[in-house]
Amino acid sequence: MKRRSFWSWVWIVLGSLYFILPLYSTFDFSLREKKGVLSFLSYKNVFIDPNFWDTIGFSLEIAIFTIIVSILLVVPTVYWIRLRLPQLRGILEFISMLPFVIPAIVLVFGMIRVFSGAPFFLTDTYFGTYALLVAGYVVLALPYVFRAVDTGLAAIDVVSLTQAAQSLGANFGTILIRLIFPNLKVAILSSAFLTLATVVGEYTIASFLVGIKAFGPYMSLIGQNKTYESSSLAIISFMFTWSFMGLIQLLSRGKAASTSLAGAR
Amino acid sequence: MDFLSLTNLSKTFGAATAVEDFNLDVEKGEFVSLLGPSGCGKTTTLRMIAGFELPSTGKITVDGEDITNQPPNQRNVGMVFQSYALFPNLTIGQNIGFGLEVRKMPKPDIQKRTLEMLELVHLEKHINKYPYQLSGGQQQRIALARALAISPRVLLLDEPLSALDAKIRVELRLEIRRIQQTMAITTIYVTHDQEEALSLSDRVVVMSQGHIEQIGAPTDIYNDPSTEFVAQFVGQLNMIPVTEVDLRKGTCILAGQRVKFEPSPNQIISSEPRLAIRPEELHLGTGEGRNALQGRVESVQFLGSVVRLRVHVDSAIFSADLFNERRITLPRAGDEVVISFPEQSCWLI
Repeated sequence: MKRRSFWSWVWIVLGSLYFILPLYSTFDFSLREKKGVLSFLSYKNVFIDPNFWDTIGFSLEIAIFTIIVSILLVVPTVYWIRLRLPQLRGILEFISMLPFVIPAIVLVFGMIRVFSGAPFFLTDTYFGTYALLVAGYVVLALPYVFRAVDTGLAAIDVVSLTQAAQSLGANFGTILIRLIFPNLKVAILSSAFLTLATVVGEYTIASFLVGIKAFGPYMSLIGQNKTYESSSLAIISFMFTWSFMGLIQLLSRGKAASTSLAGAR
Repeated sequence: MDFLSLTNLSKTFGAATAVEDFNLDVEKGEFVSLLGPSGCGKTTTLRMIAGFELPSTGKITVDGEDITNQPPNQRNVGMVFQSYALFPNLTIGQNIGFGLEVRKMPKPDIQKRTLEMLELVHLEKHINKYPYQLSGGQQQRIALARALAISPRVLLLDEPLSALDAKIRVELRLEIRRIQQTMAITTIYVTHDQEEALSLSDRVVVMSQGHIEQIGAPTDIYNDPSTEFVAQFVGQLNMIPVTEVDLRKGTCILAGQRVKFEPSPNQIISSEPRLAIRPEELHLGTGEGRNALQGRVESVQFLGSVVRLRVHVDSAIFSADLFNERRITLPRAGDEVVISFPEQSCWLI
């Protein structure tokens, strides 16, 4: 028993060092812009740069659109498949995994090749380009959104709830809005935060479609030109992502508590 | 006048036939149970009435209106599920009011009706709670109140008590019957529990392999089963092979002894005739005018209000149920006993 506990601690320490050391080193480096003193100067430089706010604002905007489109696309699809076409779930799961195996560079080249020419000409206008960017991100976010929504739907008895609502006179629109979406609140929030984190830091698709308007390419540019600011940006980006992860945990814990209460009765 | 009519109803899933040529007429306010083993087609029949399955052939009418192809949300048929199916994101009050909200009823009317329904199931105090805060029995009462709130033309219950423990099941059974009678609502109840079906229903439909075996009042189903399946499925039954059947005299040879029975009017003798008798019709000891058989007790099983004996009579084995009494002296395994039964209590199959 003691022996097992010792090795558990060894692996925990090794794992923690693997993650924490590079992060600590980056943080430490970001504080050394002024020679001989530790300061937040590089952070100040980042925050006073208007490009930082413009790019992060743009990326957040795109992320919000991506989340809305993803949820509106995935929730009804997965719901319908669980309700009426359970035999197709495996195919949908396979499709949702494709963004993990197809590199973003292949995706963006494919998109530009198909949609920049006739009959679409999407890249000729701002709206078209942004729509293409959102579409690309919807594909990139698909694995996260699908998994979260699918797990959320697995936790509720979709068939019985739907039939109960139907017998009370509800149509599918009412069922989705009044019952399915509210019951997937935590799953939708989890997928939304994961999508937000993915989109805000994404480089490949953004750099090909909108260049340094997006936060990912902006971070890359800073990395090439400003040594200390790039480190502080990395830390800010980490903080940003981690705070969303923390929020997911917080919300999931609330849900778990209510579920266990139900089970205890 | 029949209120709900199922005419020549059939349902097939690929090559498998779930329900075959099902015909049933239910009067307004009647409580009918569909009783049968798993896979007999009772739930499929209920789901066709609810609109969740479309019949392969046949017709369903409610109050003269053909609803066979109507979507479930337009049938005004309330349904209670085995799993309760309460909406977890809504409070108890909102759950009950859901169907009324969908019907765009004014808010004050929804509140009034919700309270009425909660009073009906004696759960007024729980209006602001969520389903997970209630016990299984309470959740099923709310599911019943929710289904009744919309004043459905027909109430369907799909094994509503199966997920509950024995004591709550009996309590809720009485509650369902009380509410059904109070509201005089036409009800179809699906169950595999014969006690539930017999105690609740005006009529019972016994089903097997997709077709109807017998329709009748609970007493008819139990006392005069029309098929061997019904006789065996509903209640316990001793079926003892007999020989030398004489229909004119109403006698046969059972375990080497001549016994009397009452032949039915159109009685025919099958190739392997058997005498059927319920365990509760057998008594220990002899009695005037009764068939008496000498046997040996194989086992004694104490079941609380009933004591079940297994008695060997020659090569035949009888199951006999005795009512438990406080001062009862029970025979022990291996004891020689006489069991007896009146000729009216047995019939030939």
